[in-house]
Amino acid sequence: MTGRHGTPPDPGAPAPPDGGRSGTRTVRAPRTARPRTPGRGVPLPLLAPALLGLAFLLVPLLALLLRAPWRSLPEQLTSPEVWQALRLSLVCATAATVLSLVIGVPLAWLLARTDFPGRGLVRALVTLPLVLPPVVGGVALLLALGRNGVVGQWLDAWFGITLPFTTTGVVLAETFVAMPFLVISVEGTLRAADPRYEEAATTLGASRFTAFRRVTLPLIAPGIAAGSVLAWARALGEFGATITFAGNFPGRTQTMPLAVYLALQNDPAAAIALSLVLLAVSIAVLAGLRDRWMRTV
Amino acid sequence: MPRSAHRLQSALRTAGAGAAVLLALSGCSASGSSASGTGEDGPSGTVTVFAAASLTESFTTLGERFEKEHPGTEVTFNFGGSDTLAAGISGGAPADVFAAASTGTMKLVTDEGHTAGSPSTFVRNRLEIATLPGNPHGIGSLKDLTAPGLKVVLCDSTVPCGSAARTALTAAGVELTPVSYEQDVRSALTKVELKEADAAVVYRTDVRAAGDKVEGVEFPESAEAVNDYPIARLESAPNPTAAKAFVALVKSPEGRKVLTGAGFLAP
Repeated sequence: MTGRHGTPPDPGAPAPPDGGRSGTRTVRAPRTARPRTPGRGVPLPLLAPALLGLAFLLVPLLALLLRAPWRSLPEQLTSPEVWQALRLSLVCATAATVLSLVIGVPLAWLLARTDFPGRGLVRALVTLPLVLPPVVGGVALLLALGRNGVVGQWLDAWFGITLPFTTTGVVLAETFVAMPFLVISVEGTLRAADPRYEEAATTLGASRFTAFRRVTLPLIAPGIAAGSVLAWARALGEFGATITFAGNFPGRTQTMPLAVYLALQNDPAAAIALSLVLLAVSIAVLAGLRDRWMRTV
Repeated sequence: MPRSAHRLQSALRTAGAGAAVLLALSGCSASGSSASGTGEDGPSGTVTVFAAASLTESFTTLGERFEKEHPGTEVTFNFGGSDTLAAGISGGAPADVFAAASTGTMKLVTDEGHTAGSPSTFVRNRLEIATLPGNPHGIGSLKDLTAPGLKVVLCDSTVPCGSAARTALTAAGVELTPVSYEQDVRSALTKVELKEADAAVVYRTDVRAAGDKVEGVEFPESAEAVNDYPIARLESAPNPTAAKAFVALVKSPEGRKVLTGAGFLAP
């Protein structure tokens, strides 16, 4: 089946196409000699659209680089507002990711591991922010958590907390938009993970929470990592919900995407410069994470 | 609760009206293609108008009149921030007419040679303070906006209403720190409509359009920051005849009546 490679007679079972991950008796030596099966003969009907897809994603970014005002770039980037906005973006996106983890992972567990009436509906509702235009999400947050909102008026009356126009508001807006990515990712991993490990743990006397903490969490760590990265990236680029719910004030609620949008109004060159910074930072962070703790993904 | 229900209802009504306009436009396009004669004697076909967001209501009305007066025409609008529209035109967007909310923005387009002939001012707009209904904080001047605890939103200085507000505040000698610099005049107004902010400095026309959801307060320094609205045909207009006719309608007494009805001032 594996065809003609110049190796001695196949020592074990036919090598599985996934690179021998499941084959326990794989012999090391033929690995280098064996041509990588996926590399050979990619069918054209797949290759052509794949390359088109790649180009479609990369050409706009290339255009951004080509048309970037490289000469005035140092000058554009030395203004304190840029670094202020970048810092705020990183802080808020990270805070939103942490908040998503704290409330999103338990939610994913609930959806994947328990059975309650209307679970399908709840799962659909959780993904709603994915399809909702972010600006509408921002208005919805205002109607819910605003000074005059359904919940917000009590926050204001009882605790004196008002969320719109604050940095906390930015974090909440970003969490609202980004958390579904985490929940979906973690829920998918949970469903793929074998529940019998947890069952074994509980049979051996662990409480359900201990089983979750000691068995489930390590088991689904790659899914949590992937979901966190998705959520963080989404939060970093968030614009619509943020500007609608938290407004735009430099140093307090003006994140990079807001700064980019407003710069675009009268200084497109500055907007491109700001975008490049955001792009560079997010690529650096994502690449760094990939090496550190996303290797399993 | 009934208030928010009412708000939702009015939002739905706006959406419905928008859908109706779209339907009407698509209906017109069907009849437009069957129109005979290609514009020697009168305008026909589609005319694309890029107009400042503050012109949305009045230009939509004028567009409907134009289509009625010139059967076989269809007016397509692109309403947005003036600067965004100008950037679109500079980038080659196929527009026939451009109506901006500031002469500075129009100048960007004129300087690049995109306009046919020189632009002319057709209306002016003044700033007002939009407060909550009934003006519960008793705001009577720009100075009152600096009261501690008062939440005020302004437009960002990159958009015309923001630079106008800055001029007026400077003229009044008032140092004001808002809670937010909004990306356009409508979102500044929305913050007051939703009662999230106590006041906003917006255009007179926006206060008028918001009806009884906000209350307008005039202030003398607004005279220092009057916005001129210029309109021009574009050099690369796909439909110059209809463009000319639409500009004529906007500048006609009939057009002025619609515009002043919406709160604009005659030039």
